[in-house]
Amino acid sequence: MGIMSVPSTTPRPAAANSVWPRLEPLLPQVTKPIQYVGGELGAVVKDWDTAAVRWALMYPDAYEVGLPNQGVQILYEVLNELPDVLAERTYAVWPDLEKLMRAHGVPQFTVDAHRPVRDFDVFGVSFSTELGYTNLLTAIDLAGIPLLAADRTDADPVIVAGGHAAFNPEPIADFVDAAVLGDGEEAVLEITTIVREWKAEGSPGGRDELLLRLARTESVYVPRFYDVDYLPDGRIQRIVPNRPDVPFRVHKRTTMDLDAWPYPKKPLVPLAETVHERYAVEIFRGCTRGCRFCQAGMITRPVRERSITTVGQMVQQGLEFSGFHEVGLLSLSSADHSEIGDMCSGLAQQYEGTNVSLSLPSTRVDAFNIDLAQELSRNGRRTGLTFAPEGGSERIRKVINKMVSKEDLIRTVVTAYTNGWRQVKLYFMCGLPTETDADVLEIADMAHEVIRAGRAATGSKDIRCTVSIGGFVPKPHTPFQWASMERPEVIDHRLKLLKQAINADRSLGRAIGFRYHDGEPSLIEGLLSRGDRRVGAVIRRVWENGGRFDGWSEHFSYQRWVDAAAEVLPAFGVDLDWYTIRERDELEVLPWDHLDSGLDKDWLWQDWQDALVEYEQDDCRWTPCFDCGVCPSMDTEIQIGPTGRKLLPLTPVNGLKVPTAAPQ
Amino acid sequence: MRRAGVPIAFSQGFTPHPKISYASAAPTGVASEAEYLEIGLREPVDPEQLRAALDAALSPGLDVLDAVVAQGGSLADRIEASHWRIELPEVEPAALERAVAAFTAAEEVLVERMTKQGRRTFDARAAVMSIDLIPPVATPSEAPGVSCAILELVVRQVTPSVRPDDVLSGLRVAADLEPPVSPRVTRLAQGTLTAQGAIVDPLDADRDGASIGGR
Repeated sequence: MGIMSVPSTTPRPAAANSVWPRLEPLLPQVTKPIQYVGGELGAVVKDWDTAAVRWALMYPDAYEVGLPNQGVQILYEVLNELPDVLAERTYAVWPDLEKLMRAHGVPQFTVDAHRPVRDFDVFGVSFSTELGYTNLLTAIDLAGIPLLAADRTDADPVIVAGGHAAFNPEPIADFVDAAVLGDGEEAVLEITTIVREWKAEGSPGGRDELLLRLARTESVYVPRFYDVDYLPDGRIQRIVPNRPDVPFRVHKRTTMDLDAWPYPKKPLVPLAETVHERYAVEIFRGCTRGCRFCQAGMITRPVRERSITTVGQMVQQGLEFSGFHEVGLLSLSSADHSEIGDMCSGLAQQYEGTNVSLSLPSTRVDAFNIDLAQELSRNGRRTGLTFAPEGGSERIRKVINKMVSKEDLIRTVVTAYTNGWRQVKLYFMCGLPTETDADVLEIADMAHEVIRAGRAATGSKDIRCTVSIGGFVPKPHTPFQWASMERPEVIDHRLKLLKQAINADRSLGRAIGFRYHDGEPSLIEGLLSRGDRRVGAVIRRVWENGGRFDGWSEHFSYQRWVDAAAEVLPAFGVDLDWYTIRERDELEVLPWDHLDSGLDKDWLWQDWQDALVEYEQDDCRWTPCFDCGVCPSMDTEIQIGPTGRKLLPLTPVNGLKVPTAAPQ
Repeated sequence: MRRAGVPIAFSQGFTPHPKISYASAAPTGVASEAEYLEIGLREPVDPEQLRAALDAALSPGLDVLDAVVAQGGSLADRIEASHWRIELPEVEPAALERAVAAFTAAEEVLVERMTKQGRRTFDARAAVMSIDLIPPVATPSEAPGVSCAILELVVRQVTPSVRPDDVLSGLRVAADLEPPVSPRVTRLAQGTLTAQGAIVDPLDADRDGASIGGR
């Protein structure tokens, strides 16, 4: 037993423009104040005056959700590696602190050096989901920056949106100055170069000139340089540049050769509790499985693998730096990596007996997945197994292009039970195009059969499965971008029927957990994901009426969105239904048509037609190219292994790591 | 612990936990110069090497000052009292003096606080062994030119624990003292109480034990 005393002394001195002296007295009055303190391992504080370009990076949700975000961590590190660039992070503050900040005149601040966000050159905001839009408005307003991009001056930072939601930034076009589509690593460097040069030249032409220079790259979208014309019936007539020197279409960025970008190298280790506390490595980007509902799979093409050796090196260095004892091997379909078998067994061997646990988000429904899970649980820790058939019936799975048969699923889950798993999770969606009550009710049959077969195979009643249901939201740049949504009442009714069907057999029903989301938040997500610039007025009204943290069920108010839509949309001759439950036709100009994800619109339409006739599409990793358009239009190609290399055993480093020159 | 390479012991069971226990941790929002914890190890290590390794692994501001080999007995049992300093910006020393006099004169001062068991009412007076006004030092707070009264307290470890904010609640109850801005609280020391009311470093017992044990 060792015993020691751990006093805490005053941390680093506050930066010159720090709001810390004014913020600190407010912190005892709010929940979880540690989330606003900063100073995490991996955090970087640089000198303000010597930095040529200064970025504030935001994930527009609470610290506990935002800190683990890979995108922000990667950009933070890439930017801070440049000697003359400074990047700090800011997150959404909870309403209790927001109220105090307004009362005491404390602006939106970064957690790193507690600097006012308005002091930065660029304010980058990463949107994984559209439900963060109201939090964006809070941050802009708290920062003291005008809400509308049109009202900003040279004293305000350039607000740049990124992340998956940026593939249709039209609903926030009035509030952001620019949007970047696709991978951020190289995009932030290019933007930095442009800002650095423009500042070095003495900021000629002011804000307008800077935005023009960004727009000319053809990969930064500046909404103010484009006008939207509408038809009398409310549909968009066209979206065209309003000046001659900007491109008609803006293209997404694709970072090739992930081995050249092995980030994060120095992951942030949170001081407060967060949703994920692990070292996460992307083992590949992109997915060509072609699930028709999946925006991530469509907009991140082509598949680019990180090699087994780079992954091994990243895990080793990431764990050593951070002290994390959990590793997540992330991607859109991790079991599809060409060297996943060797990667899992190699890592399991390297970390055997060390309390390091490895996890793989499982999406494939086959026995191979269980082999991998077996490897990863060698340390004795059994991570959960999740299978995602997504659709309840064979028919609907053909519609969504998720090719898995009921027999495969049952066989796979039973294999998991016989290998010692007592609990598996099955993930489905509700509200899919062409879906009927019968399609959803088949989920109950499937769950019943899983339990029945599992009991027969194990001879035990001690097995369970959880049926988890998410609401389908049609997303831009997918074959379902034309689809109508189902009304929330229909979704909720279907889920009620499903619950009854699951519990119709009491013995089986007891072994099945049922988790679902109501239909209402999905409908609003649908409004925001396929909205155009007119939806910005709805977002603003909701925010003015107190809308915050819409991704949190305890903060989300459906009524507030319905009321705001009813208040502002009729002036444009449209309404909430028009954006959500209306099916679009082939020739309609979609709000994101001028934003190029690489996918050929004709191919997307053909895939939508194939969906309606339940025709499946193969994966181009293993079958010939089906001409989705990404590789030729983006000048990219599939990058996959195998490299044939293996992970070598690690030399265990034992003993205390005592610093050689102890600085005291 | 992992980054410092500490051979920490884990509890047995389905989800093994590292063996770390904190003795009487300071409340949220309170600074401290004296926190103590106990860790269980799989194998012996040199305490000074352990101290240096942990100190290097921790964030700036979290400094590991000392480590000793435990000679048995519970660390928590040796924490009998805490010494606190409370800075009260914008409070007139004379007003504070009156409040302290009223608080000291009272037999019992009942205060309320939300605990994990819900709202509880308890006496904040009996556990307070001493409560003294001390003359302000040069720059006690970060707001220069503002009057600032300073209190030092020695409070016994009781259940439910009486924290500095409970004593401040007591000053409000006893004499309507309402600090206009958040007080700044620092724990200066904690440990074993002597008969004279002084606080002794709880690690002293292990240091003595070590010398008796011939190490």
